[in-house]
Amino acid sequence: MTVASGAQPLRLADVRIALPGRVLIDGLSFTVEAGRIVTVMGPSGSGKSALLSWIGGFLGPPFAVHGDVFLGTRSLNGAAPHARRVGILFQDDLLFPHLSVAGNLLFGLPPAIGGRRERLEAVGRALDEAGLAGFGARDPATLSGGQRARVALLRTLLAQPQALLLDEPFGKLDAALRADFRRFVFDFAQRACLPTVLVTHDAADAEATGGPVIELG
Amino acid sequence: MPVAAGLVGTALPAFGVLPAIGGRTLSLDAWRALFEQPGVLTSIRLSLQVGVLATVLSLAVAVAFCALLAERAALRRLSAWIAPMLATPHVAVAVGFAFLIAPSGWLVRLLSPEVTGWERPPAGLVTLRDHAGFAMVAGLLLKEVPYLALMTLAALNQVPHRALRMTTAALGYRDATAWIKAVLPLVYPQLRLPIFAVLAFSVSTVEVALILAPGNPPPLAVLAARWFADYDLQRYFPAAAAALLQLLIVVALLGAWLVGERAVAWLGTAWCERGGRGGAAEVIVRVGAGLGVATFAAGVAALVLMLLWSFADSWRFPAAWPDRLSVDNWMVQGPRVTGVVANTASLAFCTALAALLLSIACLESESRRDHPPTRRAMWLAYAPLLVPQIAFLYGFQVVLVQLAVDGRWLAVAWSHFVFVLPYVFLSLADPWRALDVRYPRSAAALGAPPWQTLVRVRMPMLARPIGVAFAIGFAVSVGQYLPTLFAGAGRIATLTTEAVTLSAGADRRILGVYTFLQAALPLLVYLAAIVAPALAFRHRRGMA
Repeated sequence: MTVASGAQPLRLADVRIALPGRVLIDGLSFTVEAGRIVTVMGPSGSGKSALLSWIGGFLGPPFAVHGDVFLGTRSLNGAAPHARRVGILFQDDLLFPHLSVAGNLLFGLPPAIGGRRERLEAVGRALDEAGLAGFGARDPATLSGGQRARVALLRTLLAQPQALLLDEPFGKLDAALRADFRRFVFDFAQRACLPTVLVTHDAADAEATGGPVIELG
Repeated sequence: MPVAAGLVGTALPAFGVLPAIGGRTLSLDAWRALFEQPGVLTSIRLSLQVGVLATVLSLAVAVAFCALLAERAALRRLSAWIAPMLATPHVAVAVGFAFLIAPSGWLVRLLSPEVTGWERPPAGLVTLRDHAGFAMVAGLLLKEVPYLALMTLAALNQVPHRALRMTTAALGYRDATAWIKAVLPLVYPQLRLPIFAVLAFSVSTVEVALILAPGNPPPLAVLAARWFADYDLQRYFPAAAAALLQLLIVVALLGAWLVGERAVAWLGTAWCERGGRGGAAEVIVRVGAGLGVATFAAGVAALVLMLLWSFADSWRFPAAWPDRLSVDNWMVQGPRVTGVVANTASLAFCTALAALLLSIACLESESRRDHPPTRRAMWLAYAPLLVPQIAFLYGFQVVLVQLAVDGRWLAVAWSHFVFVLPYVFLSLADPWRALDVRYPRSAAALGAPPWQTLVRVRMPMLARPIGVAFAIGFAVSVGQYLPTLFAGAGRIATLTTEAVTLSAGADRRILGVYTFLQAALPLLVYLAAIVAPALAFRHRRGMA
C-alpha cells in the first residue's frame, strides 16, 4: 500500500497528566523515531489511555495536562483532532455498519485522491495487500473479528496519518489471531515508516515490538 | 381499536352510507361534492406543501443542531431546557408565534416607528395566514425542531458516538461532517417513527392551521372540520370524503418518504465514499444550527409575549412594551377561566394517570414474561399518532352518539386517552427496559414477591422517568383540540378549545390569559415531575 509519509519522529516533552487530587503521569519525555514502536504499559488507571487520548487531541476535563507533543518540528499542542494527522486504532474496530468494506476504506481515503475509479483501485490494492482481495462489496458485519480488525487498520492507514496510536487494539482477539494481527499491524506501520505508540497491558505485545517499553504507575 | 372503529365510521359516510341522516346506499356523491368545492385542489396543495416543508425543514434543522453540538457538554445542559418546549401545547406556541410575527406583532413593534416609519400596523404586509402557508410552517418548526432534536439526542445513547467521533477525527474529519456521515446513519432508524409523527401531524393538523394558515381556501383538514361542524347535515358526506382523502394523503406521504429515504441513502453513501473531510457541509450545518437556535429563541419569545399580553392594561402600536401592566385581565377572566382550567386539569390528570398505570402494567408483564414486543406491536402503539385525527374522530363520535355518551366528561377523557397512552408508553418503555435486570432479580432472590419488587425496587428506581411520562401524558391531553371538540360535542370547554376559538379575533389580552395558562399548566406538572423525585432522593447520589 502506498502511504505518503513525512517520516518524522513523534516527540513528547515533559508531559504531566493529572486528575483532581491525583497525578497520573509526571515528567514523561520520549521520542518515537519514524518506523519504530514504543510501548506504554501499566495497570488500568495508570493514565496510559489518557496519554494516547491527549496525543490524539481528545483529552478534556477533568484531566489537566501540561507538556508538549511534536510531530517532527510541528507542535500538536492545541491543534484540532482532525487536523493532527494522527491515526488511532482502538480495541473495537468501529467499522461503519452503514457502509460496505470498500465504503469504509473510501471514507478513510483523502478526497484529493482521484476520481471514483482511481479511488476504487487504491482501495482494491490495499485489500489485496492485506489478504482481503474481493472483500470490497461485503457488509462489515459478515466479516470475522480478525478480518474486521485488518479493515480497520487499512482504513486508518489510507487516511495517510503521520503517526499511529494503538490503544490495546489486540485486546479482543483470541490468542491465535492475536499474534497474527500483531505482526500484521507492526509490518504495515513499519513499512509506512510511522512513529507508533502502543498501549497495552500484555507483556507479549511489548516483546513483539522489539522496541523500548515505558512503564507507568 | 378506537382508531379502527373511528376509521370505519368515517369511511362509510364518505361513500354515502349514514342511515341516521338518510344515507342508505353506496355512492360516490360525497366525492363529487368534495371535488366540486371551489379551491379544493388549492386546499390539498396547501396541506401537502405545509406538511412536507415543515417536516423536511424541522428534520434538517434538528440534525444540523445535533451535528454541531451533540458532542459538547453544553448541549447536554441545553437539552434540559428543550424538554419544556415539548410540554407546551401546539396551540399556545402558535398563538404566541402569531403575537410575535403578526403585522401588529412584537417584531414589527420593535422596529417601528424608528426603522420602518410605521405609526400604525402596515395594511399591505402579510406575515400571518399567507397563501403559501409559510407562517404555519414556521410556527410548526417551533415545536417540531425541539422534538426531533430531543429524539435524536435520546437515540444517541444507543450508538458508540464518542468512539465514532474519535475515529473520524483521527481520520481527519471535522466534527459536524463526521457526525452526519458516521453517526446520523446509525441514529436514523430510531428517528423514523418520530419523523412520521411530525409528518402526519403537520399535514393534517386543524388547530395550528386555524391560527396560522390561510382561511380561504384552508388546508384540507380544516375544510373537513368546517363541514363536520356545519348545520347542514348533508355536509357530513363530503366532510367524511375529505377526512378519508386526508388519510390517503398521509399514507401516500409516508410511503413517499420511505422511497425518498432510499434515494438519500444512496446519495449519502456516494458522498461518504468521496472522502471529503468537511468544507461546505460545515458552513451549511452552522447555518442550520443557527436556525435551530432561532426557533428556540422564537419559542421562548412566544411564551413571554403571552404572559406580557395577559398582564397588559393597554398596549398600543407601535410600543414595544405595554403602556401599563395590571392584573385586571386575570381578575375579569378569573371566574370563567377557573371552570375551564378545572376541566382541562381533571381531564389531563385522569387520562395521564390511567395511561401511566396501564403502561406500567404492560411493561411489568412484559418484563415478567421476558419477551420484548414485536415491531408490529410498536407500530400499533404509534397508530393514533400517525393516523390523522380528523380521519377517525368523526367516526369515533358516531359511535359515542350511538352509546349516548357524547358530550360527557367521560367521553372526552376516553378520546384523550387514545392519544395520551402511546406517548406515555413510548416515553416510559425505553428507561424501563434499560433498567439492569439484576436489580429486580436480586430483590426476588432476597425473597421479595413480584409486586413488592415492582413497588419497592423498580418503581422507585424509575421515579424520574415515571414522572416524566406522566407529565408528557398530561401535556398531550391539555393540547388536544379535535378530540375535545368531537367527543365533547362542543359542550366541554378546555383551555385549548377556548384558545382556538378566541384566536379568531378576540382581544389579545384575553387570549394571552388562556394561552399562557395552557402553556403554564403542563410546564408546572413537568417541573413537579422532575423536582419531586430529585427531592425525594436528594441524599442518594446514585439516583442523580
